[in-house]
Amino acid sequence: MLKRKSTRTTRSRGAAAHAATEARPAGLSRRGFLQSSGVAGLGLAAMSGAPRTAKAQVTAREAADLPEFKKTVCQFCSVGCSIWAEVENGVWVGQEPAFESPINQGTHCAKGAAMREISMGERRLKYPMKRVAGEWTRITWDQAISEISEKLVDIREEYGPDSAYWLGSAKFSNEQAYLFRKFAAFWGTNNVDHQARICHSTTVAGVANSFGYGAMTNTFNDIRNAKSMIIIGGNPAEAHPVSMLHVLAARENGCKMVVVDPRFSRTAAHSDEYVRIRPGSDIGFLWGLVREIFANGWEDKEYLEQRVWSIDSVREEVEKWTPEEVEHVCGIPAEQTRRVARTLAENRPGTLVWCMGLTQHTIGSSNTRAASILQLVLGNIGKVGGGANIFRGHDNVQGATDLGVAVDSLPAYYGLSEGAWNHWCRVWDVDYASMRDRFASQELMEAAGMPLSRYMDAITEETEDLDQPNPVKAMMFWGHAANSIARGPDQMKALDSVDLLCVIDPHPTQVAIMTNKQDNVYLLPAATTAECDGSVTNSNRSVQWRDKVFEPLFEAKTDYEITYRFAEALGFADEMFKHIEVAEKNPQAESILREINRGTWTIGYTSQSPEKLKAHMKNQELFDGKTLMGKPGTEFEGQYFCLPWPAWGTPEQNHPGSPILYNTDLSVAEGGLPFRARWGVEHEGSNLLAEDSFSKDSEIEDGYPEITLGMIQALGWEGELTAKERLMIAMVGADLFTWDLFEISEEDAQGRIDNLTLDSLRDRAGTDQNDVDGSWQGGQGGRAKESDQTLSAELQDYPEIARRAIQAYLSSQEDSDEGAILPIQEKIRRVNWKTDLSGGLQRVAIKHGLAPYGNGKARAVVWNFPDPVPLHREPLYTPRRDLLPKYATYDDRRLWRLPVRYASIQEQDFSSDFPMILTSGRLVEYEGGGDETRSNKWLAEFQQEMFAEVNPADAGTAGIADGDMIWVETPEARVRVAAMVTPRVGPGTIFMPFHFAGFFQGEDLTDRYPQGTVPVVAGEAVNTAWTYGYDVVTQMQETKATLCRIATA
Amino acid sequence: MARVKFLCDTDRCIECNACSTSCKNEHEVPWGMVRRRVVTINDGHPGEKSIAISCMHCTDAPCVAVCPVSTLYQTDIGVVLHDKDTCIGCGYCFYACPFGAPQFPRATLFGSRGVMDKCTYCAGGPEENGSQAEFEKYGRNRIAEGKLPICAEVCSTRALLAGDGEVIGEIYRERVLARGFGSGAWGWKTAYYPEEA
Repeated sequence: MLKRKSTRTTRSRGAAAHAATEARPAGLSRRGFLQSSGVAGLGLAAMSGAPRTAKAQVTAREAADLPEFKKTVCQFCSVGCSIWAEVENGVWVGQEPAFESPINQGTHCAKGAAMREISMGERRLKYPMKRVAGEWTRITWDQAISEISEKLVDIREEYGPDSAYWLGSAKFSNEQAYLFRKFAAFWGTNNVDHQARICHSTTVAGVANSFGYGAMTNTFNDIRNAKSMIIIGGNPAEAHPVSMLHVLAARENGCKMVVVDPRFSRTAAHSDEYVRIRPGSDIGFLWGLVREIFANGWEDKEYLEQRVWSIDSVREEVEKWTPEEVEHVCGIPAEQTRRVARTLAENRPGTLVWCMGLTQHTIGSSNTRAASILQLVLGNIGKVGGGANIFRGHDNVQGATDLGVAVDSLPAYYGLSEGAWNHWCRVWDVDYASMRDRFASQELMEAAGMPLSRYMDAITEETEDLDQPNPVKAMMFWGHAANSIARGPDQMKALDSVDLLCVIDPHPTQVAIMTNKQDNVYLLPAATTAECDGSVTNSNRSVQWRDKVFEPLFEAKTDYEITYRFAEALGFADEMFKHIEVAEKNPQAESILREINRGTWTIGYTSQSPEKLKAHMKNQELFDGKTLMGKPGTEFEGQYFCLPWPAWGTPEQNHPGSPILYNTDLSVAEGGLPFRARWGVEHEGSNLLAEDSFSKDSEIEDGYPEITLGMIQALGWEGELTAKERLMIAMVGADLFTWDLFEISEEDAQGRIDNLTLDSLRDRAGTDQNDVDGSWQGGQGGRAKESDQTLSAELQDYPEIARRAIQAYLSSQEDSDEGAILPIQEKIRRVNWKTDLSGGLQRVAIKHGLAPYGNGKARAVVWNFPDPVPLHREPLYTPRRDLLPKYATYDDRRLWRLPVRYASIQEQDFSSDFPMILTSGRLVEYEGGGDETRSNKWLAEFQQEMFAEVNPADAGTAGIADGDMIWVETPEARVRVAAMVTPRVGPGTIFMPFHFAGFFQGEDLTDRYPQGTVPVVAGEAVNTAWTYGYDVVTQMQETKATLCRIATA
Repeated sequence: MARVKFLCDTDRCIECNACSTSCKNEHEVPWGMVRRRVVTINDGHPGEKSIAISCMHCTDAPCVAVCPVSTLYQTDIGVVLHDKDTCIGCGYCFYACPFGAPQFPRATLFGSRGVMDKCTYCAGGPEENGSQAEFEKYGRNRIAEGKLPICAEVCSTRALLAGDGEVIGEIYRERVLARGFGSGAWGWKTAYYPEEA
C-alpha cells in the first residue's frame, strides 16, 4: 500500500524555511529547537529515517528568494507569546512556533495560532471613510485629517479642550501609548483613557495602594514554583490559555489548585477544588479564609509584624466572617471554606490569580485589596512561587497603563500634580507655562479627567452636573470597542448626540453601526499590531520588542503616523516631536522608547533601551523557562528576560529587571525589592516603615524612606555621584534643567559644576528670596539640616544609619505647602529618585543595597479609600434584599467630574421582576470587543453564535430547550441570544460571553457596516443589556453581577 | 522505522482550540472543513474532559481498507494520506472511521460529496513535496521540512503530542508517573477496570 516514501525532501518552501531556521539564533539548529522546547520528546529527531533537509540543497537561486523570519508578539492577551512570522516578498506566508521564547515556549491558543489571518483577511477598514447624509463615503487621508482637525479646533474654541475625549487603546505599543498621552497633554485635556479602566483599574488602585506597585507581582513562569494556587474570578483556560502551560505544570508538580468562580469553567475542570460563589460576594469568602487562618494561628506572624501595616484592623473586620456567614452570603458550604483555608495554609508558597471576576465590581478596589491581604496573611507576597498574579487582559494593557493612557496620570504613574507636569515638561523639553496654557485652567490640568466607563455620561450629562466647562462634544475611539462598555442604549444616545465621532481602528467596530448620526462620523483605518514595531509589556512586566511583520495593508496607517499627522494638523508636531526621530511622518519607535527611558524613573522603564530589548528577543533561547534568568555563561547571565520593570537606572547601569516584586531574598541590584515606602514614614503616629526586614545586602538593615538627595547627603554618599549626575540633580532642583544636559559629557558637566555658584543659580532661577549660605558647590558638601521633628518611639529603635536617613527625609517633607518659597539648596536636596533625571540617586542607592523607593510596609488599611478596610457591599442590583442594609452600598456621590449613583439604585427592589443573576466573561476564540477576532475566519468558525448559559433547572422552568432563542432582560435593556442549557452555571445564574456585536436589542445592525467590513460572526453584545454600576475608587464598570430574567423569544 | 502517532493528554487539554485554528492557518483550510477539532465530554459537569481529535493515522486503518478506489494509503512512517485526484467522494472512509476524520466539502445534487479532505499529519499528499499543487490540495508538508504537525507544535499546554509513537508514549508514561494521575489510556478503565476508575 506504500505509495511514497516520506524521505524525499521538499524543494522550495521547506528547504528555504529550513535554511532560514539556520539563520536563527546562533548554535540552535532545528533539532536544537525541538530539543530545547517542551516538545523535544515529540521525538521527530528520534525517528529513524526521519526526513532531514540538508542545507546544501538550497541552491544559490533559491537562497535569493529565502523568506525572512520576523519575530512578533501575539496581539491578543497579556501572556506575550512570541511568534515567528515567515515573510516572502512582503507577504506573511507562514507562522512558526517560537520554541525558544521562555514565556510561551512555542505554544499558542486559538487566537495566537490564527494570527496570520489578519494579513489575509479582507474584512478590514480599507480606506478613510466619512458618513455623508447617512452613506459611507471614501475620502483621502489628507481630507480626513484636515476636516477632523478643523472640527476639533472649532470644538476647542467653542467648548474648551476638555470637550474632546481621546479614547486610546491597550493594543498600542508602549511607544504609541506614550505618544498618545503626550498628544492629549498637548491638546490640553486629561480626558484620555483606555481599556485598563474597565479591566484592571481596580487592581492597579488596590494593589498599588497595598504593596506599592499596581502590577502582577510574579511571572507566569514562576507559577511553576507554587505549592498551592487559588484562582478567583479568572478563567485562564479561556482568557489566558498559554498561562495554563505553567499552571498545569505546577499542578502536575503537586500544587493544589483551587478555582473560585460562579461557573464551573474550563479552568475549574482542571482544579483540585472548585468553589461555586455567588457573583459579587468575593470579599465575604476571602475574609472567611483570612478569619479561618487567624483562628487556627496559621498566619505568618513574623512577616505580618515586619512587613505589614495595621493588620489588626483587618483582624477585627474578618471576625464577622465565620464560615457560616460566608455560607449565608456567598453560598459556599462552611466546610469548604475551612478546607480551602487549610489547603492554602498547608501548601506554601501559594499563588493567587485573579482577573475580571474580582475587578469588575462596584467594590472592585476593595476586592483586590482583600485578595492582597489574604496573600499577606499567608506571607506569600515577595516569595518565589507566591505572589498576587494578576493576569492582565490585552497584549499591552500593562504597558498602556504604565505609560499613562489614563485620565488620572501622566506616564509612569507620576500623577497630575504640578511637580509631575514639571517633570514631564523637562523630559519633553517644553516650557511648563506653555503647557499650562494649552489647558482650560491649571485646575483642570491637575484634575483627573472623566473615565471611559462613563464616556456616555460625559457626553449627555447637563453642564451644571459636570466639573468641567462643557460636556464632551468630540469622541475619538482610537482602538477601543463600544461593546465592551456597559449600558448600550445610553451609549447609543450619547453617540447620536456628539458633534464629532471618529473611529481610528483596523475595523469599524460597533461604534460605526451603533450611532444614528448621519454626518460627522469618520472611520480611519489603523494598522494592526503586526504592521508596526515597538515594545509591549506583558502581564509579568517583561518588555518585549515586536518586529513589524508586513507593511500596513490597504490604506491603513500606523498609529504613530496618524498621531503625527494629527499633531501636525493641530499645530504642535514640532514641539511634541522635538526629540523624536520622524521619518516621512512616521515617528520611530526606537527614538520614542529612548524618550520613555529618560522619564519613567518611578517604575524603572528607564533601563529597557531598544538595543537591549532587541538583543533579548533575538536570543530568547538563552533565558531560563522557569526563572526567566539569562543562562550561565551567556552574555545575558544575571539579566531577566526583557527586563521586567522596575529595571532601575539608566541602560548603562545594567539593572537586571525585577521578575518577582518585593522579594527581599535578593539584593536590589539583583532584582530584589522590599515593599515600597510610598506613604511616608508614619501615619497618625504609627510606623509605616519595615521593621527588621530588608532586601539582601542592604546597608540599612531596617526600614527606610524613599531616596532623596538630602538623604544621600545625610548618609555621606554624595561624593559617589558623578559630575553629570550632580549637575542634572542640581538643575532639576533649581528648576533650571535644560534638555542638553541629557547628552552632556562628564567633562563638560564638571566644568559647569566648577563654574556654578549658588548666586548664579539664584539669579537665573529668579525665585529664591531667602538668604542662605552661598558656598554651595554643585550639591556637594552640603548636609541636610537636622529635622526639628523628633522621631517617635518606634523609630528611635532603628539603627543609627536608618535614623539619619529618616531624619533627612522628614526634613525634606517640612514646609512643603504649595507656594512656599524654599531656598534653592533645599529644593535641590529634595530632588528624589523619581525626579532625578540622571539616575544617579538610584545608582548610588542600589550600590548600597537600598531600594530607590524606600523600604516600607504593605498596607492592610488604606486610609485614603472610602473603605479603609475592605468591606463587603452588595451589588447595586442585588438579588439578596435580605442582606440589606447590613451590606448596603455607598451613598450617591460626585467623583471624577461626574455624579455617580449607588444607594439610589440599590434602594429600588428589582429582584422580584428580575430574579436571576447575570454574569459575563470571555471565550477563548475571541478577545475584547471581538472586531478583529470575529473578522478572523479561522477563529470565527469555532464560535458562530452568541449564547447565554442557562442551568437546566431554570431552562425547565422557563420552558427553554438548548439552542432556543431567548430574551435576556435586565432592568435597563434586553438582548436576544441562543440558550445553551448547561450545568456549568448554577441554578438562578445566567452567563453570557462578551466579544459579540452587530445586533442591538434584537435588531440586526450589520447592514450599517461599510461594505466589506462586516465581521464573519455577529451577535448581541452582552453589554448592551448591562446595567449601571461603577467602582467607588476607579469607576470600573460593574459587569459581573446584575439582575436579569429570561423568556423565550 | 519510526511509526508516528498523535496522543492527546486529556488531563492537560483545555479546549483552547489552538490545534484547530493552527491547522486552518497552516493549510488554509476553507470554512466548513475542520481537520482537527476539540471535543468536550461531560461539558459543564464535574469530570469534564476535552480531547483533540483528528485522523489518528491508525495502524491497519479502516479507511484504507474500505476505500473502493485505493485512494487512501499509508506512508512508511504510518501517516494515512490520500490522493484527491482519484478520490470519488463515496464516503466509505467516513463511515469506516471511528473518529469522524474524513471531511467532504460540499453536498450536491445526487448526494455527491466532493473530494475527501482530512488531516495529513502535516505530510502533504502524493504530489511533489513542497509543490504548489501539493499545498493547494493537501496543505503544507511540514514533515518534509523536518517539522512536526503544527497542531502539536503549538498546543498551549503540551497536551497534544506528535512524533514517533514509542517516544511520545514514553513521554506520556513519564508524565503520568511524575504527576501521579491520568490514566495510561483515557477510557481504559472504563472499558476494562471500572471498579478502579
